[in-house]
Amino acid sequence: MTGSPAPSLNRRDFPSLNRRDFIVAGAVGAAALGMGPAAGRARAAEPLKVGLLLPLSGLLAREGQSCKRGADVTPALLADLGMPVQLMIADTETNLDTARTRAEKLIADGAQVLIGAFESAQTLAVAQVCEQRGVPLVINIAAAPNITEQGFKTVFRNFPTAPRLVGEGLSLMKDLFAASGVTPSKAVFMHNNDTFGSAMAGAVGKVFPTLDMPFAIAETISYDGAARDLAVEVGKAKATGADLLILVAHGEDSIKVIREMVKQRFEPKAIVSPGSPGMYEVQFYKTLGKYSDYSMTNLPWINPKSKMSQALLAAFAKAYPDALFEMNVGYTFEAILIAADAARRAGSPDAPALLAVLPATNITDHVMIGGAITFDAKGQNNNTRSAAIQNFGGKPKVVLPAEAAEAKPVFPVPGWQQRG
Amino acid sequence: MSIDLANQVITGLLTGLVYSLLALGLSVIFGVVRVVNFAHGEMTALAMYGSWALATAFDLDPLVGLPLVVAVMFAAGYALQRGLVDGFVDKPEHMQFIVMVSLGIIMVNGSLLAFGPDAHGIQVPYGFDTYEVGPLLIDKVRLLAAAAALVISLMLMAFFRLTLTGKAIRACADNLVGARVIGLDVKRLYAVTFGIGAACVGAAGALLSMLIDVMPSTGPELTLLSFIIVIVGGLGSMGGALLGGMLIGVSEVLAGYFMMPSMKSMFSFAILILVLVLRPQGLLGARR
Amino acid sequence: MTRHLALGVLVAGFVLAPLVAGPYLLSVLMVMLYMAYLGQAWNIMMGFAGQLSLGHSLYGGLGAYVAAALFVQFGIPGALGLIAGVAVAAAAGAVIGALGFRFGVKGVYFALLTIAFAEFTRVLFEHIPGLGGPGGLFLPVASRSGVDLLYLRGHPLMFYYLILAMTAGIFLLCRRLLDSRLGFSWLAVREDQDAAAALGINVFRVKLWAVMLSAGLTAAGGVFFAFYYNSLFPAQAFGMGRSIEIILAPIVGGLGTLFGPILGALILTPLGEVITWGTEALGLNAAGLKQLCYGLAMLGIVKFRPDGVWPWLRHRLGWDRDGDGGDAP
Repeated sequence: MTGSPAPSLNRRDFPSLNRRDFIVAGAVGAAALGMGPAAGRARAAEPLKVGLLLPLSGLLAREGQSCKRGADVTPALLADLGMPVQLMIADTETNLDTARTRAEKLIADGAQVLIGAFESAQTLAVAQVCEQRGVPLVINIAAAPNITEQGFKTVFRNFPTAPRLVGEGLSLMKDLFAASGVTPSKAVFMHNNDTFGSAMAGAVGKVFPTLDMPFAIAETISYDGAARDLAVEVGKAKATGADLLILVAHGEDSIKVIREMVKQRFEPKAIVSPGSPGMYEVQFYKTLGKYSDYSMTNLPWINPKSKMSQALLAAFAKAYPDALFEMNVGYTFEAILIAADAARRAGSPDAPALLAVLPATNITDHVMIGGAITFDAKGQNNNTRSAAIQNFGGKPKVVLPAEAAEAKPVFPVPGWQQRG
Repeated sequence: MSIDLANQVITGLLTGLVYSLLALGLSVIFGVVRVVNFAHGEMTALAMYGSWALATAFDLDPLVGLPLVVAVMFAAGYALQRGLVDGFVDKPEHMQFIVMVSLGIIMVNGSLLAFGPDAHGIQVPYGFDTYEVGPLLIDKVRLLAAAAALVISLMLMAFFRLTLTGKAIRACADNLVGARVIGLDVKRLYAVTFGIGAACVGAAGALLSMLIDVMPSTGPELTLLSFIIVIVGGLGSMGGALLGGMLIGVSEVLAGYFMMPSMKSMFSFAILILVLVLRPQGLLGARR
Repeated sequence: MTRHLALGVLVAGFVLAPLVAGPYLLSVLMVMLYMAYLGQAWNIMMGFAGQLSLGHSLYGGLGAYVAAALFVQFGIPGALGLIAGVAVAAAAGAVIGALGFRFGVKGVYFALLTIAFAEFTRVLFEHIPGLGGPGGLFLPVASRSGVDLLYLRGHPLMFYYLILAMTAGIFLLCRRLLDSRLGFSWLAVREDQDAAAALGINVFRVKLWAVMLSAGLTAAGGVFFAFYYNSLFPAQAFGMGRSIEIILAPIVGGLGTLFGPILGALILTPLGEVITWGTEALGLNAAGLKQLCYGLAMLGIVKFRPDGVWPWLRHRLGWDRDGDGGDAP
């Protein structure tokens, strides 16, 4: 039971299938895999073949493309650190069956480690493939807690679970109230009814009562992310009389929600997301203009003060001057870093060797805010930390925790009509 | 609390009027050509993309771009009928379905290829404005869209009642053999009807593009929605389409308000099942 | 080559495939067999009894969820859960069929009825917390070696042969059915319902049988899916996408024929893979191209070969000696 499959004739006929960027030498791939007992030899100089599974099309395409941008700039930076990698990127099409098939294909094409897959459901499907084939999976982004509860030996997640996201998100809110001296009394919680949204909702249900929050959640409104418009939902939220909106949404829905809030004149003291994307994306700013400002998102973010993030930022800004440098970029970079680091420590890029050393990972110099990257017995990194970012003039800035802050938080936020 | 509800109901009514226009096109096509247009929503999505493209490329307000979208859709519908659908008018129903379903799939994935999976919306300058009528807040964009939809619907009804072509089309619907006997060019009239149905779709699409974003999956959703409206209102009845649209618009709002909003489509489907089983001719349709 | 020999070669090919095929190719073959199986099950209702169901994902989803939930919550083995799943789906089919036939819901209305039920159930299941809601129901992944047919856990090869057996089984079942009295009643009802009634056929009962059989068999496919992929999501299990997927193969292959759905799957699945490979080789990001081609294929078939590829193929090969392109396999 290792990563070496039976020779599959048909795959060899089509060599450079999924490699779009950073093709080193296609021939190395097929040959390298069949070398069973050569694990002892130090082959650290050989590039590690990293298979990436991302939703590049379909519903989550925007986030997937952002991850890909992070991946694209990584190999050059890692090469400078003496950790050569070769990326094989596959599109999951935000589809479960496709994710599974692509994972099989990547492994058959010689990927020694897989990274992915952004969406929890697809990540689980890929994890099952990896577990079965004995290939490590380093999760860049996926929040559903059950992924690390399945007893998989090959899964390593460098991303907080939904309960942790929510816990930190809510704690940061308390810090916000302390910093500004203002506390809301009633909150309304709106969430998208998809995989991520319901995982977050479940987490809120579990974690909120334990945190001694100064406000109560008056109502929880779950909406269909595919709904054509969210007028009724926002109307219901407004009717609760809440002065804080906790929102778990994706890019599109968050735009719809804010737009309705403006139209219906629903002006809570703040709109805060306890860990969902959306309110800091380029499309959000473009569509909503001045109404996009002051929205807050509490989620892991890139540490603006770390050396490695500055190197990453420089490379990213050069390659993608118009794109946003955000969480997806950082975590995708870190996932590849983890894989490369394991290959270096193992002295070999083979899957079994990687699996042997991954549990002992301890990376102190990385890009996201938080402690060293380590994994517990379930393969979960518990040192991630969330930061609060707030939108100013169409750009997200870290406002909490103070040691990583780029700006001071504004709370309560100005009403819709009072904005420049 | 009741003011909020009242606001929501008004929103539902206004949106419902635009849905009515959408359903009208479907009803017209079925009532006359007897073809079930299973790609109705997908055609609407194409019209929405068209409207969005015009708005983005030429900075045209959708209301201004509407006539162009309508004209293009009319031509497309006419061509579609003559070129493809006509061959299936006499074939078994399931084949018509499959033709239209295939067309729908082609349209959805064609839009995915052409426009990508991202949602595209139009931001009109008055997109955040509301009118205050006493304690009520009425969304300006919705009001304009609904007014346009109503006007167009009434114009259409007038067309069928008052013009010669309109009457000829109704004749084909009422009595095909008779129509042929008096020398009506049925093929051409069918094509015109399909074109008109497509034009409705074009208008509805242009108006919808002001209200909601368009993405490839919008098509199938709208197909289902237009069928629900048309069945509830009565397939083949124009008044039924209007009534059905407003009813569904309001019921969705009420369902969302009193139940969990993510369940509101369950409500619409339940209504569809009930109507199909208990009163398939809908509210205003004639029992066939 | 006679058609029996050809069939034999095909079967042998599938049986022996794992000897030469890698895991990727094997998973493609499994998808092919799965689509052929589901298409065949759907074909019973449409091709044989003439009832267009566009919400067939309902039955697959019900079978999958019932069996999976029984396993996850109560530890009931998959093989037994299968029985429960099939029963529930057949009951659902009976309800829909009864509603439809009793109240005279026909044609487009019936198709809409099936869609409405599937969509209703989809949203319903997205709100059942005990079944995971939209976050999905996950089966604990057990050992991937060994063969446990009772619990439906084991090596992928076990699943491969299972689906192969299921596909072969349903083929043979349909063959028996077509030659039976029930089968002839179906054909009569499909061709002219009133004439069939005049001949004394209990149209209602016969149609109901078709629906229940079709539903139950589809559910079995759903159970397979659940225990192989180990994860279920309402949006996929009950979605219209799946319903459309189910009908592609039988329509392209040949409605109402025995071999049509299988041929359809044999054509469409590799076609999809080739398109995917082709677009990747060209470096294009052509999401939706595969589906677009499926749509075109369906349209092309309905326009030019409305009976499907199989009747045309077997005519070309001279295998329908009676020459009428009828429903012989």
